[in-house]
Amino acid sequence: MNKFNLTQFVVMLTLFIGLILLPHYLRYQHQDFMIFLIINVLVVVSYRLMTLTGEWSLIHIVMMGVGAYTSALMSKHMGVSVWLTIPLAGLSAAVLAGLLSTPLFRMTQFYFLIGSFAVGEAIRLAWIFFIKPFGGSSGISSVPSPELLGIDFMDPIPYYYLVLIVVSLCLWVLYRIEKSRIGLTLNAVHWKAPLAQSVGVNTWKYRTLAFMVASLFVGIAGALKIHYLGNVTPHQFGVGSMVFVLIWVIVGGYNTFYGPIIGAVVLSVLDESLRNLNEYRPAIYGVLLIISIMFMPKGLEHISQGLKDWIKTAKSSS
Amino acid sequence: MALLEINNVSKHFGGLAALDEVSFSALEGEIHGLIGPNGAGKSTMFKNISGFYSPTTGTIRFNGQDIQGLSPSSIAKLGIVRTFQETTLFQELTVFENVLVGCHLEAEVNLLDALFGLNKKVQQKANVHALKVLDFMGLTERKDQLAIELPLGSQRALAIAIALAAKPKLILMDEPFAGMNPEETRQMMDLTRKVNETGVTIVLVEHDMKAVMGLCENITVLNFGTLLAQGKPDEIRQNDKVINAYLGGGH
Repeated sequence: MNKFNLTQFVVMLTLFIGLILLPHYLRYQHQDFMIFLIINVLVVVSYRLMTLTGEWSLIHIVMMGVGAYTSALMSKHMGVSVWLTIPLAGLSAAVLAGLLSTPLFRMTQFYFLIGSFAVGEAIRLAWIFFIKPFGGSSGISSVPSPELLGIDFMDPIPYYYLVLIVVSLCLWVLYRIEKSRIGLTLNAVHWKAPLAQSVGVNTWKYRTLAFMVASLFVGIAGALKIHYLGNVTPHQFGVGSMVFVLIWVIVGGYNTFYGPIIGAVVLSVLDESLRNLNEYRPAIYGVLLIISIMFMPKGLEHISQGLKDWIKTAKSSS
Repeated sequence: MALLEINNVSKHFGGLAALDEVSFSALEGEIHGLIGPNGAGKSTMFKNISGFYSPTTGTIRFNGQDIQGLSPSSIAKLGIVRTFQETTLFQELTVFENVLVGCHLEAEVNLLDALFGLNKKVQQKANVHALKVLDFMGLTERKDQLAIELPLGSQRALAIAIALAAKPKLILMDEPFAGMNPEETRQMMDLTRKVNETGVTIVLVEHDMKAVMGLCENITVLNFGTLLAQGKPDEIRQNDKVINAYLGGGH
């Protein structure tokens, strides 16, 4: 193991221990905040897998809702254990993504963006208009929480650990996919789809794969969210929430695995810490966003890369 | 023996015939030139062969099998790989990664393999193959550079390296000499011959007549979407119809 890997390892370990200890030092309201933040990390990282192919969709948050509704309906009305409905939530979102990819990937770029938005809205409106079984505007309430060995998962601390474990596992899977040959091929599809095709890459298959895997994990994220909240409504998965995902990914940067994570964490913490400023909050948040995009167009990830280079040169010159 | 047979291929866009009943064939192991003035239909022909277009009428046989209408990736699987006009590379990837993408057909993995690293042997084989191709094309020293940072000559060599990594029987080269100075052209000609000597058949679309005449054993000339002439370089050079097409009527 060389020196650089060692620092990386130490950073990861500290982060992990920190995340394990953290909830015990937080107030109730901040424990809630951490749970949703970790879920949002999974949302942005799974979204990044999709953007690797160069296609930006507006359907990601709706896919989160697909997972959420699946999990809520199955656990509440069919009596299926929440431990089963969480993976099934991901699976249902992935299957739906697979079905939608045939019409959606006839489009690319801007047209795909608009197409994905239209399909997403159609799904969301279906939740509103089909009162049976989706519950209309008010959605589904009293969604059961998971049960295991008498642990109370209504309490934020156990649920925090549950979310931490599930999301860590999911991030590991997404990381492995990106670093594998599949990640390389997705990048190739992004940069020059015709060239990739000419050496035998089935670009349609890889776009579909990325869409399905991204939907799988965001579906799981959706299930995690609503089993903590206890209710699911169509408004949680509107285009407003999607815009937040886009902002986190763009401000954080999408050229590295950790870029979107930095974006989601920094902006969420910032937003939370502005809470006391009440009516000024959106304005200040907006100004900070504009500043960050103007002065760091490559995203926050660029700062950490600059830091790395700086340490390297400092080391080699000493 | 003909490796690639084009039989009466037409391609219409609305009322316009970009290709009209064109037939020619490329023999196994040769370098075959496909030339003609701008707008003659050379690129359209390439797109038809490589699956980016499907012909309106006519058949394309490769290695005894009809391939017209297949997708580009299926055609690559059968052993036809093309390069592109201008310099088309995965610009943000390193030279090594570019060639590694070229190994796709033999090194493709599924999700489980990717997660648990189950196919290390296949990946290692791909790595070794990619390094061999880089060495063959004289790009070993540049393997960790980004593709976009290479000089023109090396970029063109890399484009061929990507194609070669897919282990094709036939490479379609689309204007590999465009914009090159005489020294780069000479090096590129050597590389093209070297690739051909490994047993790969090459069909070459090119405007640089010196390169075409120097490399090709047989030449097909297109003009306004129709076949104008076919033959050895010397016959083509003296063909009145060809001279007229290039210099314009009235000469």
